Amino acid sequence: MAKAFEPQIVTANDLLLGDVIYRTEAGGWTREHREAAVAHTKEAAEALLKAAEADHLTIVGAYLAPTRLGDDGRPEPTHFREIFRTTGPTFRTDLGKQAEGKSLDEEAA
Amino acid sequence: MYRYDEFDHAFVRDRVARFRDQVQRRIDGRLSEEEFRPLRLQNGLYLQLHAYMLRIAIPYGTMSSRQMRQLALIADKWDKGYGHFTTRQNIQFNWPVLKDTPEILDALADVEMHAIQTSGNCIRNVTADHFAGAAADEIEDPRPIAEVIRHWSTGHPEFSFLPRKFKIAITGAEHDRAAIKAHDIGLRLKRDAHGRVGVEVVVGGGLGRSPFVGVVLRDFVPKEELLAYLEAILRVYNLYGRRDNKYKARIKILVHEEGIEEIRKRVEAEFAAMEGPSLTPDPDELERIERYFAPPSFEELPNLSPELDEAKAADAALKAWVETNTHAHKAPGYAIVTVTLKKPGEAPGDATSDQMRALADLAETYGAGELRVSHEQNIVIPHVKKGDLAKLHAALVAHELATPNLGLASDIIACPGLDYCGLATARSIPVAQDIANRFKDHDAARAIGELKIKISGCINACGHHHLGHIGILGLEKAGKENYQITLGGDATENAALGQRIGPGLDYEDVGPAVERIVEAYLAHRASPDESFVDAVRRLGVEPFKTAVYEEKDRDAA
Ligand code: SF4
Repeated sequence: MAKAFEPQIVTANDLLLGDVIYRTEAGGWTREHREAAVAHTKEAAEALLKAAEADHLTIVGAYLAPTRLGDDGRPEPTHFREIFRTTGPTFRTDLGKQAEGKSLDEEAA
Repeated sequence: MYRYDEFDHAFVRDRVARFRDQVQRRIDGRLSEEEFRPLRLQNGLYLQLHAYMLRIAIPYGTMSSRQMRQLALIADKWDKGYGHFTTRQNIQFNWPVLKDTPEILDALADVEMHAIQTSGNCIRNVTADHFAGAAADEIEDPRPIAEVIRHWSTGHPEFSFLPRKFKIAITGAEHDRAAIKAHDIGLRLKRDAHGRVGVEVVVGGGLGRSPFVGVVLRDFVPKEELLAYLEAILRVYNLYGRRDNKYKARIKILVHEEGIEEIRKRVEAEFAAMEGPSLTPDPDELERIERYFAPPSFEELPNLSPELDEAKAADAALKAWVETNTHAHKAPGYAIVTVTLKKPGEAPGDATSDQMRALADLAETYGAGELRVSHEQNIVIPHVKKGDLAKLHAALVAHELATPNLGLASDIIACPGLDYCGLATARSIPVAQDIANRFKDHDAARAIGELKIKISGCINACGHHHLGHIGILGLEKAGKENYQITLGGDATENAALGQRIGPGLDYEDVGPAVERIVEAYLAHRASPDESFVDAVRRLGVEPFKTAVYEEKDRDAA
């Protein structure tokens, strides 16, 4: 039996900031992995990547990365490299996305 | 310190202006990434895992207090308040945004700095012994030659598109602190039988996927013929170096495949056919350059400082720090101070902007305003009066810069790894932090003695893991970080590549394994005088292998 297709998302870096970004369903970009569009077939993944690459004037280095759906039905990174890309340096939680997340929570509190 | 002449100034400013234009064209869509990428790399701008990274050259690791302050300013104004000193004697900023990078390069040009030749298949910035001009064991300061090489190689049209990048390192001392045998070309100043100063030329060293220790190409090249000789080597490499396979393109592969005899024959033939004199540096220009590297005027001092001895007797922390972190200076009554950026728990090589400013101020107060970056990711203040050491130490303590661990187990080299680097296969900094914390008792670490641990986050080996007494290489295996351990590497004149001890280890097993290796060393060493690397040479890797794998299984059982 052929191996089941592992769902994929498209990720890249933002041209101006360099920050990690993800392709959305609406054809835009988000900085949140959980808001990324998920491709469930090889064809859908290729189409998602192709559409994303058309934005090459504002993004850099789009590629497909594996994902899985969490309990809330949102995509979660599976590979450790992609997990680190959603946080920032693992030994400095005051830097990168994780730091922004924290300050937002603090604001909300 | 070398000072730019008008040509240098104009050259650097022109590069910044051009880069400003290129960035603008990329932002407004006139340049594609494909077109822009080589241009940004030529100006030291990389795109990493989380952000852009700007790599700034610190030629031969020498900089002034003024330059260090400017780096602090850049860290605060355009980055996140810190910088990372690398094994290439560069500094990297990890968070610049694209539109700011021309501003940063302008701020660098204000203090005669730049990011040229930190990337691309050209002759990269020449690295040098970080004790140059100060070391007691030095024949001559190698930096004027390094500067002449920089003049010759910067933008050299024939060598701008080499098969691959090309790294040259130079030392003027017998004891090699610049890892010259791990470079494409390594240069060591020496005297011939008549007392003339010349250069021993080593070629074909390098780390990465296929590591090699360099071999001597020519025993002695008179100083004035060096550029011509280097040009001959580069020509042979440019012509015969492989361009069909990126992984086989470095000169080390050419030397390995063709053999040193064959390379020597070709280089000598090229050298003989050259119009040597046209490449002999103009003596006036040479003198101009040498003048800039003239040492500060040292006071005539007795070599021993009763003041220091008294202070040491009263302060054990000072005593420990002086013993580990200072070296013999060529001028009596002076010492070379190394400030390790290795406080256990911190990222190796990172300095905050406050620390940079403190180092700049202290170098001005106590060290003729000069600083060095070592390839071991530490900062050197090269000319300090022994009588000032106690005051300097007290000031360093206040800035958390007085860790007495130079050359000890917690003085670890680590590349940025998967916490920053887009090429990484595993993390290296947190591994270094874990190990350093295990050896943070400095008295215990001193009892262990010299131990160089070097960690890379991928096969590219920026962390020089092959040369570590204990080398650690982070890879990926079955979707997890996995670390290979090597023992017995050596970066000095006794250069050697470490030997792998067995299957890779999981992330959380690396620290305990290093501890077991050190315990095995303590149990097996012939005497406290036998260093770790000597013990590995004598015993081979077996006892350490047993300690790592069998004891691990036993503990787990
Ligand atoms: S060794 Fe690999 S992971 Fe480390 S800095 Fe170099 S390229 Fe990046």
